[in-house]
Amino acid sequence: MQQPESSDLSRILAPVLARHGKDSAQLLQILRDVQDACHHIPAEAIDQIAAHLDVPRVTVEGVVGFYSFLSTQPVGQYRLLFSNNITDQMLGKDDLLKYLCNKLWVEQGRVSEDGLISVDNTSCTGMCDQGPAALINGWPLTNLDQNRLDLIAELIRSQKPVAEWPPMLFEVVDNICRTDVLLGEPFTPGAAIKQVLARGAKETLAEMDQSNLRGRGGAGFKTASKWSFCHAAIAEEEGSVICDIGGNPERFIVCNADEGEPGTFKDRVLLNSHADLVFEGMTVGARVVGASKGFLYLRGEYRYLLEKLEGVLKRRREAGLLGDNILGQAGFSFDIEIHLGAGAYICGEESALIESLEGKRGRPRNRPPFPVTHGYKGRPTVVDNVETFACSARIAEKGGEWFAAMGTAQSTGTKLLSISGDVARPGIYEYPFGVTLRQILDDCGAEDPYAVQVSGPSGVMVSWKEFDRKIAFEDLPTAGAFMVFKRSRDLFQAARNFAHFFAHESCGFCTPCRVGTQLQKKIMDKIGSGHGTICDMEELKRLGFILKSMSHCGLGSSAANPMLDALEKFPDVFERKLKALAFEPAFDLDGALETARRITGRDDEWAHL
Amino acid sequence: MGTFMSKTITIDGQVVPFKEGQTIMDAAMAADVYIPHLCHNPEFTPHGSCKLCTVKVNGRNVASCTMPAVEGQQVLSDTLELNDERLSLTQMLFVEGNHICPSCEKSGNCQLQAVAYYLGMMSPHYNHFYPQREVDASHPDVLLDRNRCIYCELCVRASRDVDGKNVFGLSGRGIGSTLVVNSASGLLGDTNLAATDKAMQVCPTGALLKKRQGFTVPIGQRIFDHHTIKDVQLGDKHE
Amino acid sequence: MSDPKLKVRIATCSLAGCFGCHMSVLDIDERLLGLLELIEFDRTPLTDIKHCGPCDVGIVEGGVCNAENVHVLKEFRKNCKVLVAIGACAITGGIPAMRNNIDLWDCFQEVYQYEGGLEGGQVPNDPELPLPFDKVHPINEVVKVDYFLPGCPPSGDAIWRFLTDLLNGREPKLDYEMLHYD
Repeated sequence: MQQPESSDLSRILAPVLARHGKDSAQLLQILRDVQDACHHIPAEAIDQIAAHLDVPRVTVEGVVGFYSFLSTQPVGQYRLLFSNNITDQMLGKDDLLKYLCNKLWVEQGRVSEDGLISVDNTSCTGMCDQGPAALINGWPLTNLDQNRLDLIAELIRSQKPVAEWPPMLFEVVDNICRTDVLLGEPFTPGAAIKQVLARGAKETLAEMDQSNLRGRGGAGFKTASKWSFCHAAIAEEEGSVICDIGGNPERFIVCNADEGEPGTFKDRVLLNSHADLVFEGMTVGARVVGASKGFLYLRGEYRYLLEKLEGVLKRRREAGLLGDNILGQAGFSFDIEIHLGAGAYICGEESALIESLEGKRGRPRNRPPFPVTHGYKGRPTVVDNVETFACSARIAEKGGEWFAAMGTAQSTGTKLLSISGDVARPGIYEYPFGVTLRQILDDCGAEDPYAVQVSGPSGVMVSWKEFDRKIAFEDLPTAGAFMVFKRSRDLFQAARNFAHFFAHESCGFCTPCRVGTQLQKKIMDKIGSGHGTICDMEELKRLGFILKSMSHCGLGSSAANPMLDALEKFPDVFERKLKALAFEPAFDLDGALETARRITGRDDEWAHL
Repeated sequence: MGTFMSKTITIDGQVVPFKEGQTIMDAAMAADVYIPHLCHNPEFTPHGSCKLCTVKVNGRNVASCTMPAVEGQQVLSDTLELNDERLSLTQMLFVEGNHICPSCEKSGNCQLQAVAYYLGMMSPHYNHFYPQREVDASHPDVLLDRNRCIYCELCVRASRDVDGKNVFGLSGRGIGSTLVVNSASGLLGDTNLAATDKAMQVCPTGALLKKRQGFTVPIGQRIFDHHTIKDVQLGDKHE
Repeated sequence: MSDPKLKVRIATCSLAGCFGCHMSVLDIDERLLGLLELIEFDRTPLTDIKHCGPCDVGIVEGGVCNAENVHVLKEFRKNCKVLVAIGACAITGGIPAMRNNIDLWDCFQEVYQYEGGLEGGQVPNDPELPLPFDKVHPINEVVKVDYFLPGCPPSGDAIWRFLTDLLNGREPKLDYEMLHYD
């Protein structure tokens, strides 16, 4: 592929740099735009961006290298990335990828000679209910099959711009299958804010406290506590009383829409069809903690929602629900800016997300201090899940007691589940907390269910013996993923897929995760190829222990969960693949002679092992 | 000084005083208690990446170099379990790079090696990755051998915070992480690094070496030939 | 003299190594005489025995770089109750593993075709020549290894300590100054 001439590059860069300004926090947003325009980040662009933002060149290069969707080498003008979640695999993704590569004469992971196309895998794109899915130049493709790939291949060969492709290829549906108070009841934009203004910020915090709402990202920290810590952080500094006035410019509200956990897609639906509820929840939070600026950190895979969300924000500004003096309340100023990610699961971790918002590599910070006191640009910051904000809007509107009456004592309210896998009706299901897996499996039409991966790879693999367990913080906490496996599925393959996922998504900061996730992946591959031994299973357990106890953040400490769960609950799926031997070489001995056989042209008895 | 040190923690049962703002590592080093570490150097902002300094505080594992000391903490460090895990982490560092000690000028003065000696590492245990990594000999006075980099970012910190040059940075992700330098060519020779920079004095391994100084100290007289890293690092602070 | 039947039978070999570890055994010096009271040799470079028979201890120097190394190593593993990896090469691949970053084809070309004085040279394909692997591996990636004695080479003192510990039924343990990777 031709490198752009420097004058061309300047022409591309100038408007991008002008649009994003000189704040280095815009670095990732700038790089996304340059990648879109040039299909990579040219070396010269790195120099110009570094000069524009007044940061060292290495800083820019470091950010380019961190995010999967950015590259220093050109990718295809048409870059097709297949979602590589286990649910996509179960729907035939591997064969489809091969099919397309053959059809287009391109090798997976390579760019075609003419620079036209590259095909590769990417981590789960959040379309598990309508997979196999993929991204073409960042835009989601769903329900892929050979017919669609034939069409796509033709569109690429004829070099039709992606914007002119048939819309049906990009159709993403909500698939809402069960609703409750969050999704089922109508919401009038502004209703919650009005209640907050009528009731007062301090009283709203009390309602939040009474609701006992806990974070929907899975960790389950009480939202009211987070909000009050965030407020108190500055209140202490300034000696002010809690919730006196809104609008301290130095506090931030961040909505974590980096829904990267494989198998989770509920935030996609909330943002697509209930964005008002989410933005309203953020605005409520802003009023309570006294923030004037909010961010929606939208995962790169959901870039297709950007224009729609910007539209909602615009409408809300026009309706006086965002901006200065919200709903006429003097001094109540709050606005929301959308930041896009660029392919990094780790940015779902709140401190990594903040780093990414600041335009940096998405590396989890050392804690303490925590974001509530030292978050975005070192200021007190609330980071909450999309669903948490949606719940907050409902609570602000209807009160804490109303909310606390649903669910269980420790897990109040409802939970959105993203159900996929071996079920008749994949999609979004809203249940009050406390629902049993058995009930859910019945409702979604699971066929001969054998195991459920609750809350994704970092969650729990639940066996058929445990289907009476409940979705609740006190039993099975979840961020929302619910992947169902029928009896005939190879659960080893699921665990192996997850091992690959974590190895790919480890940020590389700490030793145990950077190396440990790779070791896990290699052992799973060794066992998968029929060369595993009992020693390898023991090694997996030992690695799991080290990952759990020594890792820097939640990614590393949960990266062994699928292996440990499968070893404990389904040892037979491993044992079936083991050789009866106590020891097997670490590598394929005969395969490692293949290069030399080819070079020497030998095929004699001594040329094999 | 003593009058301000009224607060204490215990490390392996030993009472250790600390000052407000000190980490567990700071307090430990001041009290001559050695906690194995590689990415930590008291002259720089703590990093917390190697995780060798992980200790158990009130039952929970934390990196002692970044965790503030808090009155009454009960810290466990020199335990069989933690040393075993530290050994595993050290072995991971050995297999993820290409650490061929017999060919390395830093051998005998290398902290990675010395920590491994201290922890009694007889073999790297895990299967070697044998990664492809770039060697950069473009600088007239400095050799950068990425085969030996353990991503401690001490050179990054020293160049940024002391030299004010930002010569080094980290790119890539996960196992694909790589040390990059601040030049469009990607070559060290095209940066403003000087052999006299602080960044050249902090590499715990042989990833950054001054040229023409290799093997000047005979075997038997190198830093860790007779002294453990514990003795050397605790001794250093008294110098 | 002690009963030869009670002697511990030891086999040694060097795979992709330089025989430096074997040379280091000689640095045990006069203590060797005492040691010989306790041990006898099966296959070693000293005995000219071609194949390893049943032994108590097998000591392997060098990494695994070709098909023949695998045959020798597996024979050792099969016949030796205890297998010891001695030296940096057996334990990490060592110096020979420095070729692991170079494509095998480039290695062959450099050695057989581009090297000066090799007019019309070509890559040999004689079946008697052991076929090389893509990469050099430590021996524990091919067979199970019971003990590791690092060093390049380990000193005579370290080898002496290791062997006497082993022969006396103690878990081998080196003093700080005996443990080296170079």
